[in-house]
Amino acid sequence: MTTSTPPTPTPSAKNPEQINPPGGAERRGIGQVLRSQLQQSLAFATLVVLIIFFSVSSSSFFTVSNISGILLSTAVIGILAVGTTFVIITGGIDLSIGTGMTLCAVMTGVFITNMGLPLVVGVIGGIATGALMGFINGFNITFLGLPPFIATLAMMLIAQGLALVISGVAPIYFAEQAFKDIALGTLIPGLPNAVLILFLCALVAYVVLSKTILGRYTFAIGSNEEATRLSGVNTRKWTILIYTVAGIFTGIAGVVIAARLGSAQPQLGTGYELQAIAAVIIGGTSLLGGRGSILGTLIGALIMSVLINGLRILSIQTEWQNVVVGIVILVAVFTDSLRRRREA
Amino acid sequence: MKNRKKMSVLAAAAIAVVALAGCAQGGDAGSGGDAGGGEGIEIAMISKGFQHQFWQAVKTGAEQRAEELGVTITFEGPASETEVDAQLQMLQAAIDRSPDAIAYAALDPEACIPLIDAAGAADIPVVQFDAGCDSDVPVSIAKTDSLGAGALAADHMAELMGGEGEVAIVGHSQINSTGVERRDGFVDQMEAEYPDIEIVDIQYGDGDHLKSADIAKAMIAAHPDLKGIYGTNEGSAVGVVNALTELSLTGDDLTVIGFDSGKAQMDAITNGLMAGAITQNPIGIGAETVQAAFDAINGETPEEVIDTGYFFYDADNMTDEEIAAVLYE
Repeated sequence: MTTSTPPTPTPSAKNPEQINPPGGAERRGIGQVLRSQLQQSLAFATLVVLIIFFSVSSSSFFTVSNISGILLSTAVIGILAVGTTFVIITGGIDLSIGTGMTLCAVMTGVFITNMGLPLVVGVIGGIATGALMGFINGFNITFLGLPPFIATLAMMLIAQGLALVISGVAPIYFAEQAFKDIALGTLIPGLPNAVLILFLCALVAYVVLSKTILGRYTFAIGSNEEATRLSGVNTRKWTILIYTVAGIFTGIAGVVIAARLGSAQPQLGTGYELQAIAAVIIGGTSLLGGRGSILGTLIGALIMSVLINGLRILSIQTEWQNVVVGIVILVAVFTDSLRRRREA
Repeated sequence: MKNRKKMSVLAAAAIAVVALAGCAQGGDAGSGGDAGGGEGIEIAMISKGFQHQFWQAVKTGAEQRAEELGVTITFEGPASETEVDAQLQMLQAAIDRSPDAIAYAALDPEACIPLIDAAGAADIPVVQFDAGCDSDVPVSIAKTDSLGAGALAADHMAELMGGEGEVAIVGHSQINSTGVERRDGFVDQMEAEYPDIEIVDIQYGDGDHLKSADIAKAMIAAHPDLKGIYGTNEGSAVGVVNALTELSLTGDDLTVIGFDSGKAQMDAITNGLMAGAITQNPIGIGAETVQAAFDAINGETPEEVIDTGYFFYDADNMTDEEIAAVLYE
């Protein structure tokens, strides 16, 4: 899962490093391959250093139970981050994923608990809610010409409000164990299903981003939307599709959080979008668009949860935990930009 | 091609309209009790929030008493208990409407002073609930003695732990008064009365179920000898219970004491994952607040501090009439 740099329809001036030699990705120079490896290895190195540091600091850190706990705590944010990686690579942003996730959880509860629909239908309904929100985001951005920040900010508020209204400002509980098993069952012994879902989501996203035309256009739109449009690509259609894909991941995250908590908690969600965006950025995806990777995002999400878990294990005060996480985000993004400036 | 594009625009518009319609349909869910009393008295209640079950229970109590008295109430609060500024704007708007009385629960005891004084200057009686404002204008406050409630949690925790061992706290806020007092009441009581019990960790999960579960799991990993965890509100306590479930632990491995009620917490107590919890009387807080406002409007002087009480409940006494009356799903 390395940084994918497919051929853009026309060379872009915005991101010189994205220009590929004629012939496309297959014939990328060795230097470029190494460079993209380096970017991931930088994030990966950070992750390894953190794990070593916490393992040395506390004997409670590197245990099967705690590692499993860290992976589980990565699941929800990780799935959101994987979805929003697509949006950020296009140069956009999606602020609606946190409360959107909550709305999807609530809708899943409405379908399964309130309406008594079969589990599968409820889960699909929850995910479809996410897809619909993503579609509306994409539509508002392309056809109404709203900046992504504003369009998704509005959706964030709408989703938050609707989640409260539809649930009647009360949690919706799931009675069926089968639903809770979506997150906490163990198809692979010792590994909660939520973690499995995260890895599957990342795998699918990786394939879509690096092997399909949707992935190519995601990078192309992020590199130079105008040039992409002029070369005959219906950028509106593809942008809507990309936001819809991100929405599907939001829906999956909604189902997973509802399954883990055994309930849809309508007041949750605010702040989750920023954690997901932070994971994406730590993973080396550029907020300017045009470059990024799913593996990076996965590592970014793991860095966040390892850090938070480690600080909790060391009983660092909650106030200071926030400070440390903030500093790590700064350092991670700064070293990444330093490295890129040197290469440019 | 053009037509198809138009169609897709129309389809999207239709979806948007449906979404909006859904919004409008549910819109009346949040309105206050509009009892058909002939007196036309309006009491504006500004709460700390409305999303948590606790505030919904306060609202229920307020609405019930309002209906009995034949008065109208409005009930509003910010989306989260950190939005001091948004709450002050609601208070300002309420004063501008000049209702017959204002009932207020302060998110910040200092920031509210100018507005509460302004309400006093406008001759609007002010009563308070849950948490007070440092002003001389309000005539009463209906609340739980949070320090006492925290101490009661400590007593039961100590008893269940056999008077010795390690205990940790998953708090919901290190800032607002209920978070601070429920913690301090617990800590002070432990230090004063139970020298063999050590509080090894205090962390805060903002009452977020998921965060609180992850915190509890980290605590359990870091302190293998941990014998008990105290969760200071509904979200914190349910988070701790979720952590136990995820680690396949039971109430025998770890003593969990929670705060407030709600279905998840009550279920956990019934099936033995949680030893018990402290409950306040939110319905009573709502009812007493409306009563105090009503009395103040009619020129009577309500009690300055109305202690609405708190109780420890567990699987044994959950169904007692006195306890069941203050629990809420």
